[in-house]
Amino acid sequence: MSVNQSPDVHAGTVRTYPPIGWLSTGALALVIIGGILMASYAPRKAPLGIEAAFLVVGALLLACAGVLLAGLKDFSRKTFITVFKWAIFADLITAAMIEFAFVRDQTRGASLLIVTCMLVVFTLSVPTTIAFTVARYAQD
Amino acid sequence: MTDTVRDVAPTPFEGPPPERPKIQIVPLKGLPISAAAVVLVTVSIATNWQWALMFCHVAGGGLWTGIDLFVGLVIGPILGRLSVQARAEFAAKFMPKMVIIMPTVVMMTLATGFQIARKLGNLYATSPNHPWLIASFCVVGIMAVIALGILEPANIAVLFEMNKPVPNGELIGRLMKRFIYTAGITGLMQVATLIIMTRVATQ
Repeated sequence: MSVNQSPDVHAGTVRTYPPIGWLSTGALALVIIGGILMASYAPRKAPLGIEAAFLVVGALLLACAGVLLAGLKDFSRKTFITVFKWAIFADLITAAMIEFAFVRDQTRGASLLIVTCMLVVFTLSVPTTIAFTVARYAQD
Repeated sequence: MTDTVRDVAPTPFEGPPPERPKIQIVPLKGLPISAAAVVLVTVSIATNWQWALMFCHVAGGGLWTGIDLFVGLVIGPILGRLSVQARAEFAAKFMPKMVIIMPTVVMMTLATGFQIARKLGNLYATSPNHPWLIASFCVVGIMAVIALGILEPANIAVLFEMNKPVPNGELIGRLMKRFIYTAGITGLMQVATLIIMTRVATQ
């Protein structure tokens, strides 16, 4: 295997991207904090205001990442989609397992709705971060 | 705030790049083992099968903690002292396996751990273990953000880079550094997990 080892000898160009990876990771962090808050109340019913706020801000960050991603030029969408598909497959299994555990533990109503929405943000944010990180260095 | 990528042109060389076998980023042979673990966890939760819950939690948690400690505190520093070429060679063999192993052991540990805590009454605010469990949730939360938001994307980006006809050594080196530092942090956080879990088991 041969790899380039001396960056000094390369004539480099600089590509600048908006912070899509940071936004989607931020969304992930917010839903994880919300999830920890909910789990810390189990098996009691958690007050949902703060969790809902974390969820809304997380969803907004993810939406911002999506908008910025859609507007990118000079970006390997083919690589992004390839990686995204595999990553979302893995994360869907994880999310389904968490949802199953909450349903099995009799979580119902608004709590279940918030957990489900958090899992949707989780399922979209992780593949977005992974696929963006890979695709930013790729060329179609 | 913007992210800047230095897009380094490959080193000029004469003739076509040497033929290298493609790296299989997701080792498909490992998927049945992973699927079996998912089935076992699902059945153990659905049926409240105490032995299986405990087995998945202890086996998954032991592997997760051990792998994180070993990779973060032993392999990571060694990798940091190797040449980029050697790091790339190692990563090509090591990282695809981690792509399968880590999500599987993490899923086994967390899904069953929550059920065990619920069954044993450790989730109740009156339980002496409740504060320790909250601390454990926080440690796991931080590790999840680091692993899913920084470490795993860097791993997969390294593998994709190495599948290019002429991999960019500088980029691989930079991404591997990210891997080494984040693996070190998660390794240290696993020490906290060990302290918390042994407290929970002995109170």
